[in-house]
Amino acid sequence: MVETSLPIPEPSEDTQEFWEGVKRHELFIQRCADCGTFRHYPRPCCHNCASLKYEWIGASGRGTVYSYIVAHHAFHPAFRDRVPYAVALVELDDPPGVRMASNLVDCPLDQIRIGMAVEVVYEDWNPEVSVYKFRPRS
Amino acid sequence: MSIKDKAAIVGIGETEYSRRSGRSETALACEAVKKAVEDAGLSIKDIDGIVKYSGDSTSEAALATNLGLPNLRYFCEIGYGGGGSGGTVVHAAAAVALEMANYVVCFRALNGYSGRRPGSADRSGPANYGDPSFGYPFGLISPAQMYALLARRHMHEYGTTGLQFGAVAVAMRQHAALNPRAQMREPIALQDHQNSRMIADPYRLLDCCLQSDGACAVVVTSAERARDLKQRPAYILSAAQGTGPLPCAGHNRPSLTTFHGRYCAEELYRIAGVGPQDIRVAEIYDHFTFFVIATLEAYGFCKLGEGGPFVEGGRIELEGELPVNTHGGLLSEAYIHAMNHIVEATRQIRGTSTAQVPDAELVLYASAVMEPTSALILRR
Repeated sequence: MVETSLPIPEPSEDTQEFWEGVKRHELFIQRCADCGTFRHYPRPCCHNCASLKYEWIGASGRGTVYSYIVAHHAFHPAFRDRVPYAVALVELDDPPGVRMASNLVDCPLDQIRIGMAVEVVYEDWNPEVSVYKFRPRS
Repeated sequence: MSIKDKAAIVGIGETEYSRRSGRSETALACEAVKKAVEDAGLSIKDIDGIVKYSGDSTSEAALATNLGLPNLRYFCEIGYGGGGSGGTVVHAAAAVALEMANYVVCFRALNGYSGRRPGSADRSGPANYGDPSFGYPFGLISPAQMYALLARRHMHEYGTTGLQFGAVAVAMRQHAALNPRAQMREPIALQDHQNSRMIADPYRLLDCCLQSDGACAVVVTSAERARDLKQRPAYILSAAQGTGPLPCAGHNRPSLTTFHGRYCAEELYRIAGVGPQDIRVAEIYDHFTFFVIATLEAYGFCKLGEGGPFVEGGRIELEGELPVNTHGGLLSEAYIHAMNHIVEATRQIRGTSTAQVPDAELVLYASAVMEPTSALILRR
């Protein structure tokens, strides 16, 4: 049977809290509890000091487009009716240096520019699953 | 003690490359290995070591069973797909240097067109991109898409252009036109590249490698044993692996225009005692045209950001300063995960390539530059 519904995030022990935040329409980024280094995607250990202790810090969701693609070919059946669509790699303003990839919505495909300001928006796909996307911000 | 000059590639074997082999991947593996053994002037039962790509469906044990090998003294698998390709020979060379095995076979066998296609959506994307949950829901799924993000950034930082990607595609096809084994032999012009449809802008169809059914194998032994065998040995002057920092951070690596291959290159040249200026031919993992540009930068053939201009003007063509992928590469010969590049590098050393470079004293093979990676320098 061809899977035509969108692939959903699959939280793990390491990413559970991140996705719970998204469900509450909040963006939380991991920070090492010992040295304060931020990291994304969520993972158990600090790449700066190897501490296994961490905390979650709320992010504003504001950022800029660091890179982007426009997908013209669907590599998964669920996207066949959605091409062409944009995936932007957004560098958050806070914490600095953290990047997240997601769709850029409310923006014509030929108007996407590296450096453009964006902000996070949330989509509730079902009672259990929400995701984050980005839209242009003036 | 280092790995320098301890080992050599003494046998090469390939099946036909096609869109439908009509046989199992294991059957293809056996055929390629048998041919490599015969090419080396050995008998099958001489093989006492096997190194596979971790993604290959044929295990070391299955190959040993099929071939009737008496015993395997060294066997392992190398991960990271295209990054691991050269790594198979790195490990084979280490094994024979330490006398853990006499004759080690490295192989890759896949029905990559008629069967499961590399890059398809099954949550097994590049291992160094971490959790697919941070991409799949948004349609960031295939390597083409994930890597097009890198190319776009390189275009932004350095002014690299789609026409420069096209120059790579044209050169690969020129070399494949001379190669009877190649799947795509019809020469293309830059305009053909520009006319090919967008897959993940900025990647067009002709920026993306083939998908193929087929297999390749090489036999590695010690430098001493190599001297008495059938073919001119391709001595392994140097062999290295490398990752650099944060190899699994994907798009969160601080710079998206410098790659893991840079660290591997430093190690490779340090062991060899040579530099990029000494390399005559470069076989480069070309899953996408952009990565030829990125690899040339990482391996010091030009400065960071200058790879785009470097590939223009015929510099990487057969008559140019640094011929690249003299068999046509993954882009035009076949996608055997670049075990076919290791075979071609060996041919260049032997003087038997279909696009032979005169005085090919030192030949580089550079694995996929954007993965935990590996590289080899072969010499006469």
